[in-house]
Amino acid sequence: MATLATQPESRVSSQAVRFPEHAIAARVGTSFKHEHLPAILDDDSYTGFFEVHAENYMGAGGRPHHALTRIRSDYPVSLHGVCMSIGGPQPLDKLHLGRFKALIERYEPALVSEHLAWSTHDTTYFNDLLPLPYTQATLSRVADHLDEVQEAIGRPILLENPSTYLIFNESTMSETDFIRALVRRTGCGLLLDVNNVFVSAANLGFSALDYLADYPLNHVGEIHLAGHAEQQDDEGALLLIDSHDGPVADAVWKLFGIVISQCGPVPSLVEWDSAIPEWPILKAEALAAQAVLDRHARSTLPGKVHGAA
Amino acid sequence: MAQLDLPAQIPSEASASAAAFASALLDPDRRTPAQVAGPDGKAAEKRYNVYRNNVTVSLIEALAATFPATRRITGEDFFRAMARFHIRASPPTSPLLFEYGRGFPGFIERYDYARSMPWLADVARIERAWLDAYHAADVPPLSLQDLAAIPPERLGELMLVPHPATHIVFSPYPAVSIFAANRSAGPVGPINATGPERALVTRSALDVTVRTLPPGGFAFLDHLTKGKTFGAAVAAATAASPEFDLSANIVGVLQAGAFTAIHQGD
Repeated sequence: MATLATQPESRVSSQAVRFPEHAIAARVGTSFKHEHLPAILDDDSYTGFFEVHAENYMGAGGRPHHALTRIRSDYPVSLHGVCMSIGGPQPLDKLHLGRFKALIERYEPALVSEHLAWSTHDTTYFNDLLPLPYTQATLSRVADHLDEVQEAIGRPILLENPSTYLIFNESTMSETDFIRALVRRTGCGLLLDVNNVFVSAANLGFSALDYLADYPLNHVGEIHLAGHAEQQDDEGALLLIDSHDGPVADAVWKLFGIVISQCGPVPSLVEWDSAIPEWPILKAEALAAQAVLDRHARSTLPGKVHGAA
Repeated sequence: MAQLDLPAQIPSEASASAAAFASALLDPDRRTPAQVAGPDGKAAEKRYNVYRNNVTVSLIEALAATFPATRRITGEDFFRAMARFHIRASPPTSPLLFEYGRGFPGFIERYDYARSMPWLADVARIERAWLDAYHAADVPPLSLQDLAAIPPERLGELMLVPHPATHIVFSPYPAVSIFAANRSAGPVGPINATGPERALVTRSALDVTVRTLPPGGFAFLDHLTKGKTFGAAVAAATAASPEFDLSANIVGVLQAGAFTAIHQGD
């Protein structure tokens, strides 16, 4: 398993380390939702990590920073950027990149990730992860953007594969070729969203197993799991929506087991962003993922089931 | 944020593709972009509509989260329709959604279907100020003791530094009472207020507070938050209302945490 993208290469020397360095290896996590904070603070048994959307903590102060400071004191944190628009053609928003860098310096997250997608065009922010065609021109542009982000924050990021609903006629490469080339050119790590693979495979009519066989699994530094919803396309065929509003589907759990058996107990996260359940239900999903990691950790790393915790 | 040097830096092919994809996202009259398809040449209308739907619905949800009392007053369907019009006219220009909706109160004021609720825009103004206060920087507020240390003869020329969370909202309607009655999840009780209300929205610790300002209190705070001297603020407040009670206003705004420091004039 590649660990290059899971740990900061060096601490920012001018910044005092204010938070403990919680180990994240072989752990599971969940999205952090503020309504769960009291339940989390009362929960002595949870040993996972929490992932936050970076943009929610880009205000100056107040309750969001107070909550994240509490969480970061007790748990490893993964900082997940949602709207850097790395996959878009226009230059990165320097102001936004500066805010992202400041959050990383402030909270020293164990993991840092962003999406292979775009969300801003001209001056409009669309608040969705929009898809891009896979061509030499977009490859070069996305690689430049990744270089710029990694240069700014002083560490590699994990790049997440998208959930897709359509294809671009102009694409000349497969998504896995595109992602592999980005890893080679920029040294970024990967956030493998297994639900996204399942959703895209169903929507575009390819085999999720073929995708995973062609995906550079040795660069995966984090895995995402989430629930999806079912709709229909123009022909009445099944169209899956990456909705993050329910439990992880059985088929996605199966894929997850296959991925873990091949790349080891990579930190794995259950996302739940809409119709958010009570903390015990979200925690139970994380524990189900932990059981998969532990099963594999036992078979490969006897005595180190929970990493360095 | 827009980059001013944008056209020169974008490869035209990638830019045209993104522009075509983006152009129909918020415009239901535009057709599905020609460069997208389903697998095996299948149609992509419903597939593209997934993105259209994500964009519009997520932005409606963002406005609904920022303006819950406004939504409660109008009802769900009314709010969603009004929000959809606003999103199409003024989509966000920052990736920080908590910055979105600054133009929404003004939009509500001009929205034909909301004419029968002339106070609705002011309720939305209070809600927008509430979110700004929620995210404002953490600064310890100025206390009564800090102010008491100033010799009385110096009071007239001093200026106060407003807390970054401090906002005041002027309404010719009882907007604070309407806001308060609709902001929580509980049942809406009777609203007895009928006159104009001015709001002080701020946050001295973690919880945002919304208070109704007493007579003259708006003019007093309006001057102080704009950097005018204490003496000028008192004069403006007294002119605004003969009932202006200086000591009650000082105690009220400092207990609310509306200021952080004292600037003394020369």
